[in-house]
Amino acid sequence: MSHGIDSEFGDLGLQRLSDAALARCVELGVEHADVRVERTRSQHLRLRDGRPEGSSDGEDTAFAVRVVHDGTWGFAASVDLNTGEAVRVAEQAVAMARLSRPLSTERVELAPEPVHAGASYVSSYEIDPTTVPESEKAALLAQWSRDLLTADGVDHVDAGVHAVKENSYYADTAGTSTTQQRVRIHPDLTVVGIDATTGAFDTMRTIAPPTGRGWEYLAGSPTGADSGWDWASELAELPDLLAERLAAPSVQAGHYNLVIHPTNLWLTLHESVGHATELDRALGYEANYAGTSFATFDKLGSLRYGSDLMHVTGDRRVEHGLSTVGFDDEGVAAQQWDIISGGVLVGYQLDRNMASHKGFARSNGCAYADSALHVPIQRMPNVSLQPVHAGPSVAELVDAAGDGLLVVGDKSWSIDMQRYNFQFTAQRFYRIRGGKLAGQVKDAAYQANTTDFWGAMSAVGGPSTYLLAGAFNCGKGQPGQVAAVSHGAPAALFEGINVLNTVAEAGR
Amino acid sequence: MSAAGTGAAPTPHELVERALAMSTTDGCVVVAEETASTNLRWAQNTLTTNGEMRGRSLTVIATVDGATGTSSGVLTRSNVPVEQIEAVVRAAEAAAKAAEPAEDARDLVAGDGDAGQWPLEPAVTTSSVFASFAPALGAAFERARSGGRELFGFAEHDVSTSYLGSSAGLRLRHVQPSGRVEITGKSHARTRSTFVGQATTDFTDVDVDALDTEVVRRLGWAARSIDVEPGRYDTVLPPTAVADLMIYLYWSASAREAHDGRTVFSRPGGGTRVGDRLGQLPVRLWSDPGAAGLGCAPFVLATASGPASSVFDNGLPLSPTNWVADGTLSALLQTRASAELTSLPLTPAVDNLLLEVPGSTGSTDDLVAATRGRGLLLTCLWYIREVDPQTLLLTGLTRDGVHVVDDGEVIGTATNFRFNESPVDLLGRILAASGTQRCLPREWGDYFTRASMPALRVEGFNMSTVSPAS
Repeated sequence: MSHGIDSEFGDLGLQRLSDAALARCVELGVEHADVRVERTRSQHLRLRDGRPEGSSDGEDTAFAVRVVHDGTWGFAASVDLNTGEAVRVAEQAVAMARLSRPLSTERVELAPEPVHAGASYVSSYEIDPTTVPESEKAALLAQWSRDLLTADGVDHVDAGVHAVKENSYYADTAGTSTTQQRVRIHPDLTVVGIDATTGAFDTMRTIAPPTGRGWEYLAGSPTGADSGWDWASELAELPDLLAERLAAPSVQAGHYNLVIHPTNLWLTLHESVGHATELDRALGYEANYAGTSFATFDKLGSLRYGSDLMHVTGDRRVEHGLSTVGFDDEGVAAQQWDIISGGVLVGYQLDRNMASHKGFARSNGCAYADSALHVPIQRMPNVSLQPVHAGPSVAELVDAAGDGLLVVGDKSWSIDMQRYNFQFTAQRFYRIRGGKLAGQVKDAAYQANTTDFWGAMSAVGGPSTYLLAGAFNCGKGQPGQVAAVSHGAPAALFEGINVLNTVAEAGR
Repeated sequence: MSAAGTGAAPTPHELVERALAMSTTDGCVVVAEETASTNLRWAQNTLTTNGEMRGRSLTVIATVDGATGTSSGVLTRSNVPVEQIEAVVRAAEAAAKAAEPAEDARDLVAGDGDAGQWPLEPAVTTSSVFASFAPALGAAFERARSGGRELFGFAEHDVSTSYLGSSAGLRLRHVQPSGRVEITGKSHARTRSTFVGQATTDFTDVDVDALDTEVVRRLGWAARSIDVEPGRYDTVLPPTAVADLMIYLYWSASAREAHDGRTVFSRPGGGTRVGDRLGQLPVRLWSDPGAAGLGCAPFVLATASGPASSVFDNGLPLSPTNWVADGTLSALLQTRASAELTSLPLTPAVDNLLLEVPGSTGSTDDLVAATRGRGLLLTCLWYIREVDPQTLLLTGLTRDGVHVVDDGEVIGTATNFRFNESPVDLLGRILAASGTQRCLPREWGDYFTRASMPALRVEGFNMSTVSPAS
């Protein structure tokens, strides 16, 4: 279903605002100036045991002027959308560039980008989730919650949905102007089981990923099209999965062959490949906050990242991707490219300044700011591990694992400041014995160093195992910014990975 | 284009009054917030980005009394022009009317607030707050260049002014300044890394030269590399690391969740662990809206309900609260609803956190100097995430250096490590403490800058695996 861009966004007088700001910037002698107007609608709803726990329904509208003046960035922003304020903010941005000039030794230069005049983009969805009344959303989640509460062993149910609609307008002194609209949605339900005698408790959460779709993702497509997830099946099995986990034996710490399902592998990919191949991290711009990367620029084209089977792409184009756009926040058209090919590092994520600085002909379009009040920084595209044509199914991977664990659904995650050492848990770990599933185990976490882990990838699943998962809450930058990003992955087999027992880790 | 230009924009308190006057439901709470923020960011001894931003939002919370309870509807909009106030109020009311009754619903907090403060203009900040900081930073860049070091970091100052009004008569205003400076120093082709940070209210107390001197001292510690295997070591955690762990404990202290049987503070069989002894030392963990240098809102400001907050509680006065006193769990984060449910005192969350071990004095350096035999000294912690809520087992990394201490002297630097530890357990394994001092939580400083903590030497800190990050 195709949608137009909301008329209320167009009614904000976008071009008059940008014309006023850009004209003032030119008068003040900038090399480059751009204006962004962002309107972000964000709705949260949480239910506890089927009853409302809390909700928020926010809308932020603001604009920003960013300039390159005497080779130096200047940035200013405001919530007052009028031409007088646009001129003031333009002057403020130039003033910030002048203030920064004595402290800046590296000249800002932007890689060239074709002019995209009057371009627009609307993401692929059927029902704008921000137009669905909160009560309708609550009613569906309450019904699902009540159904789950009737199951044996379910003591509590948490349910929630987060829906976002972003409208953005961009115009720069080169003549590019883009207007965009995209939506995304993240539902989740968690069942909680408690042993009243011992106090032991555990949880099981849905593994349905957040997605760049609309309300149809939960309620079904009005046209009968595939809406992306089989909620009935997943909700029906949650109580039994929880009961099995509560009764499961504790894992024996040691080294295991892991078959990792895409509902878990996406997050390992995000942390150990997605962040590690951000060029701003590799160059050191994030050293004080998000960290740096072991995949430094001198290793481009030579770093052995993983096994020959490892093919990772970056893209901002895939349908329903959370990082999918028409144009980035510097007016660069969305693209797709290789980051790792044949197990070797071959690409980075770029913005226009870094692309110019490191000799690339063009940015690959990874600039993003989470609001007009924040400056665009290099953020992650959809970074995906490609499946192997005619590759194995999950059952075939389990068979190939022999003795090991099947890892399903993400849970806890942590990785170091240079993206080496990571540790992940999961919604469920299944023991694999003799190539067959042998029930859940609990208290497991897998831990590895990035290149050791990807080097141990001995089989990659076929297209039938592939899933586009992701997150809403990727953090980076100072002031802190949040971005949504998808990661596609097939299931894959990793040999001899260190598995910890978390109870033993707690010293119990 | 919005309504600016159609007349003088209303002041925030007028915006609140107008919204309240339009309310047609049983109750209404309105929060107007104005924010001003400025920042500088740098990397490799050069400024990279900067900014000066203003924000403005209006939150309307409508409540509707029904036969089976009271429901609420909450809407937040940025920069609401006068002619759109009514639409926001009506939308919140419509959401409230359509919603099921809220479990946390209670009568709106009555009162008349502070008539003197209420009509005052919002406070602001501008880049002029960096007037003496920026040149000092530039001088530090010069020293770093000539000394073969690289400096990376961030300085931010923001001021938010909140106006809280309600149909029950509340008229409260609060100004919240927050600030911080963080400096990461690297040397020797980035094989050595360290960090210093400071929380500040107004930047007048930030001494860039002193911070830079500390960076140089710490990078010097890394001249000698010492192999340390993963394992459990007696370790000195500086205040920033203690703060990051205690803040996680604080965020995990919802009374409602504990009562439900799903946190480390749940009592097996039902109820909470309030009254349980967590450690042998008489540690005190507390919050106080009036704490010197850590001042924060003295009343509840909640624009959404959650496990430990309620929009119905807006305006409730906050007072000093011991979460742990004399080593015993004393209180959990409460709403009025959860306090009734748990039959515990009403102790809502406060936006600062302090820890002390009574009788302990001195600095982190003094604690290092008093270490006998071998021990480790952390710089800070990073990427802290919950592994197991049953024990509040957290994982994370040491960041920017783990130093080896021998008989009171730092003698070199080991690798970084992944840790797996529970802050609740750590309260029971404190060997020694320094005095309590204001610090900047490295990981949570984005959201939580008001903390005072001691350095702690703890027994057997679990350095689970090696992190090669440098």
